[in-house]
Amino acid sequence: MNFLDKSIADIHTALVNGDITAEQLTVEAIQNAKENEDKISAFITINEEQAIAEAKKIDEAGIDSNNLLSGIPVALKDNLLTKDILTTAGSKMLYNFKPIIDATVVQKLNKLGAISIGKTNMDEFAMGGSTETSAMKITKNPWNLSKVPGGSSGGSAAAVAAGDVLSALGSDTGGSIRQPAAFNGIVGMKPTYGRVSRWGLIAFASSFDQVGPLTRNVYDNALVLNAISGRDEHDMTSSDQEVPDFTKDIKAGVKGMKIGLPKEYLGEGIDEEVKQAILKAADIYRKLGAEVEEVSLPHNKYGVAAYYIIAPSEASSNLQRFDGIRYGYRAKDAKNLEKLYVKSRSEGFGDEVKRRIMLGTYSLSAGSYDAYFKKAAEIRTLIINDFKKVFKDYDLIMTPTTPTPAFGIGEENDDPLTMYMNDALTIPANMAGLPGMSVPAGFSKDGMPIGMQLLARHFDETSIYKAGYAFEQNTDFHKQTPKMGGAK
Amino acid sequence: MSNRITKEQVEHVASLAKLELSEKQLPYFTEQLSNIMGLFESFEEVDTSNIEPTFNVTDQINTMREDVADNWNEKEALLQNAPDVADDLIRTPTIIDESED
Amino acid sequence: MNFETTIGLEVHVELKTNSKIFSPSPVEYGDEPNKNTNVIDWGYPGVLPTTNKGVVKSGIMAALALHAEIERHPHFDRKNYFYPDNPKAYQITQHDTPDAHDGWIEIEVDGQKKKIGIEEMHIEEDAGKNTHGNKFSYVDLNRQGTPLIEIVSKPDIASPDEAYAYLEALRQRLLFTGISDVKMEEGSMRVDVNISIRPYGQKEFGTKVELKNLNSFNYVRKGLAYEEKRQQQVLMSGGKIQQETRRFDETNGTTILMRVKEGADDYRYFPEPDLPALNISDDWINEIHEEFPEMPGSRRDRYINKLGLTDYDAMVITQTKQMSDFYDKMIELGADAKMASNYLQVNVNEYLNSKQVDLDDTEITPENLTTMIKLISDGTISSKMAKKVFKAITEGKEPKQFVHENGMVQLSDPKELQPIIDQILSDNPQSIEDFHNGKDRAIGFLVGQIMKQTRGKANPQVVNKLLMQSINK
Repeated sequence: MNFLDKSIADIHTALVNGDITAEQLTVEAIQNAKENEDKISAFITINEEQAIAEAKKIDEAGIDSNNLLSGIPVALKDNLLTKDILTTAGSKMLYNFKPIIDATVVQKLNKLGAISIGKTNMDEFAMGGSTETSAMKITKNPWNLSKVPGGSSGGSAAAVAAGDVLSALGSDTGGSIRQPAAFNGIVGMKPTYGRVSRWGLIAFASSFDQVGPLTRNVYDNALVLNAISGRDEHDMTSSDQEVPDFTKDIKAGVKGMKIGLPKEYLGEGIDEEVKQAILKAADIYRKLGAEVEEVSLPHNKYGVAAYYIIAPSEASSNLQRFDGIRYGYRAKDAKNLEKLYVKSRSEGFGDEVKRRIMLGTYSLSAGSYDAYFKKAAEIRTLIINDFKKVFKDYDLIMTPTTPTPAFGIGEENDDPLTMYMNDALTIPANMAGLPGMSVPAGFSKDGMPIGMQLLARHFDETSIYKAGYAFEQNTDFHKQTPKMGGAK
Repeated sequence: MSNRITKEQVEHVASLAKLELSEKQLPYFTEQLSNIMGLFESFEEVDTSNIEPTFNVTDQINTMREDVADNWNEKEALLQNAPDVADDLIRTPTIIDESED
Repeated sequence: MNFETTIGLEVHVELKTNSKIFSPSPVEYGDEPNKNTNVIDWGYPGVLPTTNKGVVKSGIMAALALHAEIERHPHFDRKNYFYPDNPKAYQITQHDTPDAHDGWIEIEVDGQKKKIGIEEMHIEEDAGKNTHGNKFSYVDLNRQGTPLIEIVSKPDIASPDEAYAYLEALRQRLLFTGISDVKMEEGSMRVDVNISIRPYGQKEFGTKVELKNLNSFNYVRKGLAYEEKRQQQVLMSGGKIQQETRRFDETNGTTILMRVKEGADDYRYFPEPDLPALNISDDWINEIHEEFPEMPGSRRDRYINKLGLTDYDAMVITQTKQMSDFYDKMIELGADAKMASNYLQVNVNEYLNSKQVDLDDTEITPENLTTMIKLISDGTISSKMAKKVFKAITEGKEPKQFVHENGMVQLSDPKELQPIIDQILSDNPQSIEDFHNGKDRAIGFLVGQIMKQTRGKANPQVVNKLLMQSINK
C-alpha cells in the first residue's frame, strides 16, 4: 500500500473501522517502502521487526478512535535518537551507533502509537542541501530520479513524496525541512525555535536547529506538530508557551489577513518560473480576501553570510565530541591519543563536514572572533529587527522556498558556495527563530515541484497553517503524484 | 582567486579541529574556504557599531533544574558502546607515544 | 637591588551539591568507575545540559562571602579543547560574564591586616579523571560535571606568607558558607599559582611563572618562597625570567621547569547556545542573604567581646563551621561560655583526633554536652566524674540518665549531709578538740570520714562549709 492519495484521517478511519489492522498496514507500508528503495533510496535503516512488533501491540490494545496517530506509519530522520536502533546522522562517524535513549519527539510519537518504519537518509550531520553529503547513499527525487531530493532532510521528504509514509520528521537548521519539502512537492514545517524539544536531536547548530514534520498535506502536518510540540525539561531552550491545537482554526480562511511579500525574495537569482508561481499564489490569496503587499527585509541579504559563520561555529564545537573515544568510529592502530583523534575524525567525517568545521573553527579562533563570529551575531540582530518591523503590520510573510526547483544529482557537488546560496530564502527564519512552512505552489515546465514559504511571528504556527490550508484547498498542486521515473 | 585564507592558516585551523589534510587536500580546501569567505566581505557594508549581538533566539530565561540527584543507571549501556573498555574504564591509547617520531 | 613580589592565585573549589552542574547524576566521591554517569556526562550525541539551580545559588553564596559584585545577567560559555577526560571537547564555563567580580577578603600577617582583592569568580564544570598506564590511558567520568567555582585573586598578594593567609582566609570563609568541604587533600580545593617579581618602583609587572603540584597550603608557601628567591637570583645575575610553568618538588622544596609557554592557548570561547541566560533577581539575592551564615571573623569578635573568650579560644572554636555552630548552640542552651569552650577544645577535639571523625558523625550533641556542663556547674557531678560522663556521651548515652543510673550524683543537699556530719562529729570528739587546739589536720580527717561514709559522693565544697559551721557552733 502507498499513501499517495491518502491522509492520516483516511487511514485512521480505516483502522478504526477494522478495514485494515495496524499490523497489515505496517507490513504493506514496509513492503511498499522497500520496493521504492530501489529507485529513491530514502532510508538508511528500515525497522521491520520493531515496527511490526509495535503494530501488533497497537492491534492488541485496540485503535484509539480519539487518537489519529495510533497505528500510523511514519519515518524519522536519522539524526533523531532511537533507542537500540542504528542512528548514524548520515555519517561514517556513527556507522555503528545505537543510542540508549529515544529523542523526546520519538518518545512522543511512540506514546501516541505512531509506527516508525525507518530512519531516513540525510546529508552528513545535516550539513548540505541535497542529501549528497550522506556517507550512506544517494537519495533521489521521486519526481525525477536524476534530481536531488534536497536536504538535509532529503530522505524524509522523498519517503513522504513517494507515499512510503504519511509523515516523516526532519530537522531544519537553515532550511533542511522546507527546501526538501519544496523540491518534493510536499508540506514541510520548521516550527518556532523552542516549540519542539531538541533532546535527542543530534546537534548541528544549537541556536538554529528545530525538529518538524513533513507531510503530504497541511492538515496532517498540523496534526503531527500537535503531537511533538511542548516544553521539555531536558531542553532548557524549549518554550513553556502553551501549545494550541494547530488544527482547531485551520479552516478559518485568510480573509482580512495581511500578508507581506518581501521584494528582496523575488529579485536577482530567483528563477523566473519560481517567481511567477509565487506571484500567482499572491493573487490567489488576494482573491481569498487577504491583503498582500510588498514589504522589505533589507538585511536578509546578509543572512547567508552570517549563517555560514554562526552555524559552522556552533557545529565545530558540537562535533568535537566525535573523537573516537566513547562511541562511534575509532580509527584503527592509532598509537597515541593525538593520532587517535586526528585519524578518527579525518576518516570519520566527510568533506562538507570538514569544510564547515574548519570554517567555524576559524571564525571562533583568536583574532577572528570579533570580525567574524561577533559581527555575524550582530547582523543576526539586524535580521531579527527587519522581521519585527514587518510583523508589526503583517500577519504573514510569503516567499519562494527556494530560488530554483530541484537541481541535478552531482550538479553542485564541487561548488559549495552555489550550494550555500540555495539556502538564502530559508536561512533568515532560522536566524530569527521564526516558524516557516513550505507548501506546494506549482511546477516547473520540466515537471519539478515549486514551493512557497510562509513565515509568521514567533509561536504563531496557527496563522501559517490557516493560510497553508486555504491555499491548498484552492489549488491542486498537492494532488499531483510523482512518477518515480527519469527526466521527461 | 583571492587568498582570504592561507594554506598555513588552514593547516592551523585543521590542527585545532584535530583534522588532517593530505597534501592534495590542503590546496583544495584552502581554495574552497577562501571562496566561501568571499561571502563575508559584504559585512563591511553593514554598520553594527550600536547593535547588540544575538547568540540565541530562545524565549526562555532563567530556566533551571532543582538540585535533585537522579542516577539514570546507564553505565553498562554506555560502556557497551565504547570502542575499548577495561575494568569499567574507557581505554584510550597513551597520551604520548614515546616509541616513535 | 630590591624587588617586590606579585602573586596571583586561581583557586578551584568543588561544590557539594546533590547533583552535577549540568546533569542530574549524583555528585559522589569514591564510587566504582563511571557509576555516576549518564549520556550527558559522556557527551553523547543529541544530549543537552540543564543548569542546576543549587550551583547558581552556591555561586551567589560564594560571592556574598567574598564581598563580590554579583553579575545579574550571567550566561555560560564554551571553552573548546580536546582531552579524554573532557567528553564534549568543550567545558561549559563562564567567560564573558563571570558569576561575580571585584570582591575582597581580609587577611592578617604578623598582626598587620590587609585586604586582598578578588578579580572574578565563575562557576563551571569539572572534568573526569584520566589515569595513565604504559601503553594506555583510562578515563573515569564520575567526576565529569561536578560543579566548580574558580576564584581569581587581584595582583595584591605580595609575599608567600600573604598567599598562605589568603588561602586560609578563603578556605575558612567558603567553609562557613557550607557550599564546599574545601579540602585540598581530597581535591575539593585546588590551587594554581603564578608569581612575578619586579624592581621596586617599576610600573610594569615582571614575567609570570606558573607553579604546579602545590598540594597543601604549606607547599604553596614553600614553593613561592623558593621561586621568589630563584627569580631574584636570576635577575641579579643579569638573567631574564621566561614565561614558563614549573613544578614544585615536595622532596627538596625546589621548583623544576616543566615547559616554556609559547603564545596563548586558543580555546575559541563563545556563548553556550544550549542554555538560556540567567537573570539573578534582587529577591533571590535577598533571600540567600537572609539565610547566609555568620562568617568566622564576626563570630570571633562576638566570642571575644560578648562571651569573654580569649583570642586564642575564639580562633580554635572557629576552625570549622561545625564547631562554631555547635558552640553557639551550647551557649543558646545556657552552657557556661568558658566551660563550653574548654570542653570543645580539649575533650571534644581530643576525641575527634583519636577517632579521626567529624563532629557531625559523633554522638556528641550540643544538648548532651550542655547538660553535662550544667551538671558540673550546679555541683551535681565533680569534674572528675565528668570524664566518665563524657565517655558515656560519646557512646550515645544521655548524661543525666547515665549519672543517675550509675549513682554518680554528688551529695550536695545540706539536709542530707547534715545528719551524716553530726554523726561523724559525735563519733570523733577527740578530733573536735584537736581542731579547737589549732590542729587543722583534724578537719582533713573528718572530711575523709564523711567521704568514706558517703562512698565519695559528698560534694567536698558543701561538706567543708557545713563542717566548719557545725564544728564552730
